[in-house]
Amino acid sequence: MTTSVSPNNTLRRELYATALALLVALAAGSVLILTWGESPARVYGTLLAETWGSAYGIGQVLFKATPLIFTGLAVALAYRAGLLNVGAEGQMAAGAFVTAVAGAALPTDTPGVLAVPLALSAGMGAGALVGALPGWLRARFGAHEVITTIMLNFVIAALVMWAGRAGFFVIETTHTAPIVAGAELGSLGLGTSAANLSFVLALVFVVWAAWFFGRTRTGFEWRVVGASMPAAEASGIRVRRVIILAMALSGAMAGAVGANTVLGDKHYFEEGLARGAGFMGIAVALLGQGQPLGVLLAALLFGTLAHGGFEVNALVPRELVEVLQAVMILALLATSAAVRRAAETAPATPATNATTTTNTKQGA
Amino acid sequence: MEGLFTLAFVAQVLRITVPYALAALGGTLSERAGVIALALEGMLLGGAFTTTIAAYATGSVALGALAGVAGGTLVAALYGLIALRFAADQVVASIATNMLLFGLTPFLSELAFGSSASSPPIPGLGPEVLLEPLFWVALALVIAVAWMVRRTAFGLRLRAVGDHPDAAESVGIPVMRVRWLAVLMSGGLAGLGGAWLALSAAGFTDEMSGGRGYIALAAIIMGKWRPSAAVFACLFFGFAEALQLNLQATAGGGVPRELVQMLPYVLTIVALAGFIGRSRPPGALGRPR
Amino acid sequence: MSATGQPALEMHGIDRRCGVTQANDKVDLVVQQGTVHAIVGENGAGKSTLMKIAYGLMRADAGTIQISGEAIPRTRHRPAEALARGVGMVHQHFMLVGSLTVAENLILGHEPTRSWFGAVRRSKGRGVLDLARAEAEIEALARRYGLEVDPRARIDELSVGEQQRVEILRILWHGARLLILDEPTAVLTPGEVKRLFALLRTLVAEGKTVVIVTHKLDEVHAIADRVTVLRKGKVVAELPGQAPPEDIARAMVGRPVLLEVTKAPVVLGDVVLAVDGLHIAGRGESREAVAGVVSPWAAVVAGVSFEVRAGEIFGFAGVEGNGQTELVEALAGLREVGAGAVRFRGRDLRGVSVAQRHRMGLGLVPEDRQTRGLALAMSVADNLHFGRLAEVSRPFRLDRQAIDRRARAAITDFDVSPADPAAIVANLSGGNQQKLVLARELGRPGLRCLVCAQPTRGVDIGAIELIYTKLLAARAAGVAIVLVSAELSELRALADRVAVLYRGRIVAVVPGAALADPIELERIGWLMAGGQSTGARA
Repeated sequence: MTTSVSPNNTLRRELYATALALLVALAAGSVLILTWGESPARVYGTLLAETWGSAYGIGQVLFKATPLIFTGLAVALAYRAGLLNVGAEGQMAAGAFVTAVAGAALPTDTPGVLAVPLALSAGMGAGALVGALPGWLRARFGAHEVITTIMLNFVIAALVMWAGRAGFFVIETTHTAPIVAGAELGSLGLGTSAANLSFVLALVFVVWAAWFFGRTRTGFEWRVVGASMPAAEASGIRVRRVIILAMALSGAMAGAVGANTVLGDKHYFEEGLARGAGFMGIAVALLGQGQPLGVLLAALLFGTLAHGGFEVNALVPRELVEVLQAVMILALLATSAAVRRAAETAPATPATNATTTTNTKQGA
Repeated sequence: MEGLFTLAFVAQVLRITVPYALAALGGTLSERAGVIALALEGMLLGGAFTTTIAAYATGSVALGALAGVAGGTLVAALYGLIALRFAADQVVASIATNMLLFGLTPFLSELAFGSSASSPPIPGLGPEVLLEPLFWVALALVIAVAWMVRRTAFGLRLRAVGDHPDAAESVGIPVMRVRWLAVLMSGGLAGLGGAWLALSAAGFTDEMSGGRGYIALAAIIMGKWRPSAAVFACLFFGFAEALQLNLQATAGGGVPRELVQMLPYVLTIVALAGFIGRSRPPGALGRPR
Repeated sequence: MSATGQPALEMHGIDRRCGVTQANDKVDLVVQQGTVHAIVGENGAGKSTLMKIAYGLMRADAGTIQISGEAIPRTRHRPAEALARGVGMVHQHFMLVGSLTVAENLILGHEPTRSWFGAVRRSKGRGVLDLARAEAEIEALARRYGLEVDPRARIDELSVGEQQRVEILRILWHGARLLILDEPTAVLTPGEVKRLFALLRTLVAEGKTVVIVTHKLDEVHAIADRVTVLRKGKVVAELPGQAPPEDIARAMVGRPVLLEVTKAPVVLGDVVLAVDGLHIAGRGESREAVAGVVSPWAAVVAGVSFEVRAGEIFGFAGVEGNGQTELVEALAGLREVGAGAVRFRGRDLRGVSVAQRHRMGLGLVPEDRQTRGLALAMSVADNLHFGRLAEVSRPFRLDRQAIDRRARAAITDFDVSPADPAAIVANLSGGNQQKLVLARELGRPGLRCLVCAQPTRGVDIGAIELIYTKLLAARAAGVAIVLVSAELSELRALADRVAVLYRGRIVAVVPGAALADPIELERIGWLMAGGQSTGARA
């Protein structure tokens, strides 16, 4: 997500690539819709109307987008330090599970101002632990985090099921006991939607991440690690510590999904809650160029598609939306690469004094 | 427990192992050539689906298997387009490819069969694995591929391209072409594994690849990127899975089924941490050119 | 099939653009058969590019190429094509696959195979390998040219000198009649250089042609019949090999060159750095180059002791692979040490982190600036503050304006081009990148000791002058400098004392001025190649 030309050109190029990818996805979607025998205009129109056309729709979009903001930020955080966290799925599950269990274990009359932070911190802590493990394996053994996080996803899924069946799930179900009333997060009041205050929390995290990336010394140091670990080490940065910390923070961010699904909506943890949000977080981070604001926008886009897909289920199968999202990512990968390649090989304004330095300003 | 060492049990282990082994075989080729094989899951699923379509339409197991190879190769071609032609990040491209297949197959299944969850039954494999010609085809492939990597000119070029593509190019080896071939072959092999899955279950069900693509990758890593070792790892995983299924059926517990499910993944993590010797991937793995 | 009298290689009107630079600008080159032809120029002059084009690894934008009289259309020119026509190239960075054996590397691309019926043929990537036959052929060829290599050895187990021999053997095995060598002596001891040149003379006597790309003028004098000088992508001169080095140097740079910086007499202060009996564990890399004897030594640094005072430059001479890299890393805090002590300003550095060393006034100019010294994807301003963030954080918020301000000052002071703090470092030339590293390290507040490795590697002459000036200025200001360099001329210009490192031990310490004496120079070269421990060598 970083290239070696001047920042302004990079942004413009990536926006162009993103727009192109969106068009490709829409086109592919249209083809599939036509194959199914429906009208693309009708499908897309309904999708838009049912999402941004009503309070309920907007609420559902926000609700679906919130987990993606958390996981998108999680992936972006890790990527800042040069790490690819494919384990948001497992970190999310662990976090949500622990949030629910902690929320149910509190005394019944715990006030919200205590219950919510306690339950949430427990969940984010669990996510942090699950994230820190691959971080430690990478820092200590050089084990690549892509593989270890993918493997850990399966391990965590199995562990959660095991723990659930061992007693945490209500008998005969795959969900935990309800959390205490104090731990419940209030609704945003958008129609009868499930949108809740966790969206506000997600926005807070977006702002924090933007500040962290752009303004702090630690954020800068993480960027150096992501750009070049050997150079970071030589400059005195404790690279191992950064790797573990970045993965832990990333995992904690993913673990915060529990705020939305558990505290804000179902009020318990159910197996399969927000499934896929972990992997989708990678797409969101990619689309958002690894920047917090971009993650927010991309999450809203995907949330729109998620709810929209549900609403157009009468017209086309819901899976169409998944296909659209996948095509969008593939198209974005292709257009990003193509645009970058074109910029690198384009003949630039020749330097009159053929010095051996190259100039970054490449003209309009 | 006596049922453990009967022929029936061995047959069950083999039956379970075949799709893993084929996917791992293909993935090894791809990774040895320097291309990350995370999209095996999508290739398996794609192969299973095309097999179902063909077997349903023609009633032939053999044609179904061929369609499976074609399906897997098609998925590999898409992955190759993004990862090789456009030189995009291979991890993200793999995940997106898998996502695409996971969304596309139920959609197409609904289109073709009217149900996104499962397909109508198709002619499948017989109960006796060792009598099944497809099994012997798979076995022959395992031997052939392992031998090819070590003893043929193509195998040497494959290894060179994955370790030091610049060196290979400097002696005139067409690096991209070798990588394309490796990726397409991985698709074909994984597709055949998918065919086995669909034929074994006599139909297509949603998400029937069930994470086998990732387990195959785990086997590749455990086998340190050597084809025969990867297949042995698959055999071990298949053994564990069969064991767990049997224990489930008989005593209904003792060992929680989730622990057995976790086993391949935990082992991979352990392997990567270096506890079973250095596990070093091909030098240029994942680096686009 | 070369027609007698035809030049082995002819290139006319070669143009090639790389990014924003015109790497080759209407270059003409004629190499006569049976000669050694040198292509010289500074770093970045376009020499490697030209040869890559000749070999077909890169495509020229315009121009023609003829090999032994036969033209090659630009579009069809690839390494495979070049090899088929008898052109072989040994690259600056070896094109060998580490995990494969010597034999496997040699046959790569032209594998001798057995068809199913036992017949042998050289195929294009099809068929079963016939390694045994290849190994036998390789052994015969190696013996013929006196290049001892074991065809069954894995490349990543060989020394650098041995690997180069494998590279040369490879192109001979392919039947090369025109050999292109790109900076072949960068990694060799003086003794190994002699052997290489002897081999080249043998090859030329057989009628082969050699093109050698180099920036070392003494080598040109030793071996070349003709010299083509490139400067900034253009051919500026073509001279006989025996032309006076001053003429060649002047053509290379465009003005009279006298790389003599004025060095004030040394003013010594207190001992700043004291190293006592330093041992660093790890396998030594370099092997006995002569008899193919493999004798790894137990510690890559085996008991090194020296002292550096404020105001002096203490140099280390030695071929790469004798422990310099590890010594530098240990001093910087990037590598663990075994026995022994490193004392900086009286304090034992065992367990002291890199960041703490910075605070104590220890700076590092690493030998690999592109991986260790800089993050290429980040900007000039960012890179200038690596390890110096404390100066611009208040206390954990970054002061962006201060960063920008200080970056501009450093850019002016060190004449970095382009003069843009937001410029991405990857787009800077090698010289400017190195100036950046020096600006950062020399500007470290409270700097007492600078550890400096290969400061002018890959740097053009203009930048070299500035770097030398700045280092000597730091010396005059009382900074102690440890200078590790593979260029004896550099040590002669800068160092007050020079230690010769061989296999992790200091085998001699001489005054810097001694390097101006040819006899001393010869002795030092002998020591660098292990003279003392293996007895007299020619």
